[in-house]
Amino acid sequence: MSARVGVITFPGSLDDRDAARAVRLADAEPVSLWHAEGDLLGVDAVILPGGFSYGDYLRAGAIARFAPLMEKLVAAARDGLPVLGICNGFQVLCESHLLPGALTRNVGLHFVCRAQRLRIENVETAWTSDYEEGQEVVIPVKNMDGCYVADEETLEELESSGRIVARYLDVNPNGSLNDIAGICNEAGNVVGLMPHPEHAVEALTGTSTEGLGFFTSVVKKLVHA
Amino acid sequence: MARFIVEVMLKPEILDSQGQAVARALPRLGFEGVTQVRQGKRFEIEVEGPADEAATERVRKMAETLLANPVIETFELRAE
Repeated sequence: MSARVGVITFPGSLDDRDAARAVRLADAEPVSLWHAEGDLLGVDAVILPGGFSYGDYLRAGAIARFAPLMEKLVAAARDGLPVLGICNGFQVLCESHLLPGALTRNVGLHFVCRAQRLRIENVETAWTSDYEEGQEVVIPVKNMDGCYVADEETLEELESSGRIVARYLDVNPNGSLNDIAGICNEAGNVVGLMPHPEHAVEALTGTSTEGLGFFTSVVKKLVHA
Repeated sequence: MARFIVEVMLKPEILDSQGQAVARALPRLGFEGVTQVRQGKRFEIEVEGPADEAATERVRKMAETLLANPVIETFELRAE
């Protein structure tokens, strides 16, 4: 039986279909989840996709965080359910306090959309085990509020405990502290990532296929669990 | 009916790139002598009943829960 990976759609989500396609290409079954429902339908993992939930009103992710399904997700994530938040999903995870810190307006104040070189630094998480430590990949970034900020103590803790999952190379596209592109929670089941691995899963449409590893990682973990 | 004002600002240590952009634009318009601009949000909230302690506490809770993100922002609350 293949693993079932849920993708939550909020009003204003854009990349839910791409995320579902990436799940399919990783040989798992994508399950569409609607934010207003109260049931995770027994999925084995969840992806919070990119986009502009609730039009980014108030703060990116601030309103989505209180969606009925998010309450269930927060509890499930604390119990170990693998959760990947991509871009807007990363913002929702920070607003939900499943991940520390916050994402603020890009330093340059422009929407940034580019093929971005990254270094994968933590391959112990549920979503990165198919990469090699230090592996460099090219994955698109496209965001308006991608500047990762946290207080010094939090940053120090993330750095010293190896919870920086991915870091920007060459150019820091949004001013994120310590070039942070992605982080994880203490247990490693919750990962937030500003770049979009679901846009780098097929040669036809991506700058690379190097994003697929995020999805195959979790599927392998679920199949072997 | 009670009316409350909640003002939300980024914490001083958080980079305010929008405020900086405004500060850079002002001299170009001939407004000299601006040393800093910080940009925030103002909410006007009307609630049923008097502006008593209980109402103030409820609005404070709203600000902590939704209006401000305590990780990066602070807020000030007053009845008007």
